Amino acid sequence: MAMTTGDSAGTLGSTASAATARNAPPPHSLPDEPLFIIQPSKSWAALDVRALWDYRELLYFLMWRDVKVRYKQTALGVVWVVMQPLLTTLVLTAFLGRFVGSASEGIPYPLFVYVGMLPWTFFTGAVTSSSNSLVNNSHLITKVYFPRLLIPVSAVAARLLDFAVSFVVLVAMMAYYGVGVTRAVLMLPVLVLLVTLLALGVGMATSALNVRYRDVGVVMPLLLQLWMFASPVVYPVGALPEGWRRLYSLNPLVGVIEGFRSALVGRSFDWEALGVAAAVTAALLGVAAFSFRRMETYFADIV
Amino acid sequence: MKPIIRVEGLSKQYRLGARREANATLRETIYGALGSPLKRLRRAGGADDDTVWALKDVSFEVRPGEVLGVIGRNGAGKSTLLKILSRVTEPTAGRAELYGRVGSLLEVGTGFHPELSGRENIYLNGSILGMRRAEIENKFDEIVAFSEIEKFIDTPVKRYSSGMYMRLAFAVAAHLEPEILLVDEVLAVGDAAFQKKCLGKMGDVAREGRTVLFVSHNLGSLLNLCPRAIMFSGGQKVADGPTGEVISEYISGGGATAGERLWDDPATAPGNDKVRLRAVRIVSGGEVSSDVDIQKETRVEIDFWNLKPDARITVGIHLLDKMGSGVLSSANMHSANLVRDEWFDRPHPVGLYRTACTLPGNFLNEGVYYINAVLLTNVIDIEVIVNEAVSFNVHESGGMRKEYGGYWLGVVRPKLAWQSEQLEPAVEAAPAGGAL
Repeated sequence: MAMTTGDSAGTLGSTASAATARNAPPPHSLPDEPLFIIQPSKSWAALDVRALWDYRELLYFLMWRDVKVRYKQTALGVVWVVMQPLLTTLVLTAFLGRFVGSASEGIPYPLFVYVGMLPWTFFTGAVTSSSNSLVNNSHLITKVYFPRLLIPVSAVAARLLDFAVSFVVLVAMMAYYGVGVTRAVLMLPVLVLLVTLLALGVGMATSALNVRYRDVGVVMPLLLQLWMFASPVVYPVGALPEGWRRLYSLNPLVGVIEGFRSALVGRSFDWEALGVAAAVTAALLGVAAFSFRRMETYFADIV
Repeated sequence: MKPIIRVEGLSKQYRLGARREANATLRETIYGALGSPLKRLRRAGGADDDTVWALKDVSFEVRPGEVLGVIGRNGAGKSTLLKILSRVTEPTAGRAELYGRVGSLLEVGTGFHPELSGRENIYLNGSILGMRRAEIENKFDEIVAFSEIEKFIDTPVKRYSSGMYMRLAFAVAAHLEPEILLVDEVLAVGDAAFQKKCLGKMGDVAREGRTVLFVSHNLGSLLNLCPRAIMFSGGQKVADGPTGEVISEYISGGGATAGERLWDDPATAPGNDKVRLRAVRIVSGGEVSSDVDIQKETRVEIDFWNLKPDARITVGIHLLDKMGSGVLSSANMHSANLVRDEWFDRPHPVGLYRTACTLPGNFLNEGVYYINAVLLTNVIDIEVIVNEAVSFNVHESGGMRKEYGGYWLGVVRPKLAWQSEQLEPAVEAAPAGGAL
């Protein structure tokens, strides 16, 4: 062991390369079938999921880079992750708590809002960073090959860490308000997966569109703001007139956010809304994957 | 032997203005869609002139272990070829088969992040270039040693000097070990000593039996590294053979050969709204020609339009050898002029002008040289610079071949003043042990 370490550290080029030459397969052992065939792609080709798996290490490194760089540049680092939903919750409690408080269905309003802010903050952060991800990584896209999908996927995945950190505050809040954990919490992983896939679906489509139309990057913050008001983040679904609820729950975040409240602060699940959310997410993901595949062929040419 | 790379009819079409379109806004696209029926009508019958073939019907094969040089002027299609083979972009037509893992070095330091430390960037960059994590860990010490930045390995790379940055970037790239390596012009980094080290490493790679496609403008290093080369011009493969032969074809055929470059239209000639270049030509023995007698004077003539009344114009040239290294630069300013040019820095009325510079005979060595034409205003403001505007070939005509017929070393071959004299009539041996 010690021998090998000494060996590789002591030699720069020659010995190491001689070793490689020895290990290199003789020329006649070329594979019968080409490893790669390069040709114009069919526009209806499916997304290459296997390539994603082959490049899982790069996915990890890209994710790790996003997280590391984000925390390195700020003095307070991880504190900001918690501050954002927490401060919003405080502000909302101070201004809206009085009006909505009675309608928050027996849950203390700050807890009600924070549980809603959790998936929302993750969703909006993930969508924002993934929709800008391809444009921000144009220097990679034009120089190296890897499945382009890694870029928006890693942007979404990097936000999962923030998501996890903000749960710590939730635990403290639940203890403070004396809200215990029930068996419903077992649904939590499913809900996290659902909101992640939803963010991925939206992020994939918008990141690809953003390559061609930079308008997308400009309009996303506005759209997300509108989306927040169309989701039960600061108010309960019950605040809506009965007749509108069906249409309202077509927004997949309705099922997701209400689901988080059910899982964490023990209200009964609205399975129908969750089912709709899952179906809409699946459809969205399918369309996004297909259009991403179609658009990725020209990323390097126009980004 | 079975090829490791087989390229058949590879073509790549770009839409002109695709770059601009990249930043198009929705508004432009909507207006474009509204306007395009009209545009199509106007273009009816005509060829589709909005597109350009960056690569057109290219076919070749590379055998395992071969180091293939790729030559061509800017825009000839070299980089497009590497981008397609490295799967960065897709071809429009044709097919390529690769029988091995491909590593591409279209740039050093791809994906380096300034905020991350050298150590972190080695992992990130290595992974982006296609190395496995375990592979990077194994080679980590070797990479650090090669880059010569051990002390700063945990410093963010934004604090690195550009030399250190390049060294680290190349060190990672140099330790890639795919069966096929695609390299684009990345050796032009760092100081001379490090460049030498890089070239040495490239040589090692070649000797290890890996297949390399090497794009470079540095004809010298191509000649050293690659036994075979292919040449591109206008997106097509125009030569394929031993590197020496391809290079001499590149030098004689690929350039501006006629001894004159002419721009007819003052609206589109190189330049701006102040001055535009009309022609650059080589005149030798009273004739316009790219072939020049080594013993005769060579005139470099630069014709230009002055479009702005009373512009104060200075004219200059760069003279480059065939490797693109500068031989000299000169301009018509008085202190650099053997004679006197009354037009130097004088207000020029609008009109067409000619400035000529005479290179003496028995000055340049045999070989190919390039002229960059430069137009300036107010002595120092560069308005127009056309690189490699013309090339010319200096031919031996026997003036210095009477005693010695071989090659004279160097870029210049002037006749110099030589004289010898006898200092002492006899030679006395130094006394033995005289140092005591």
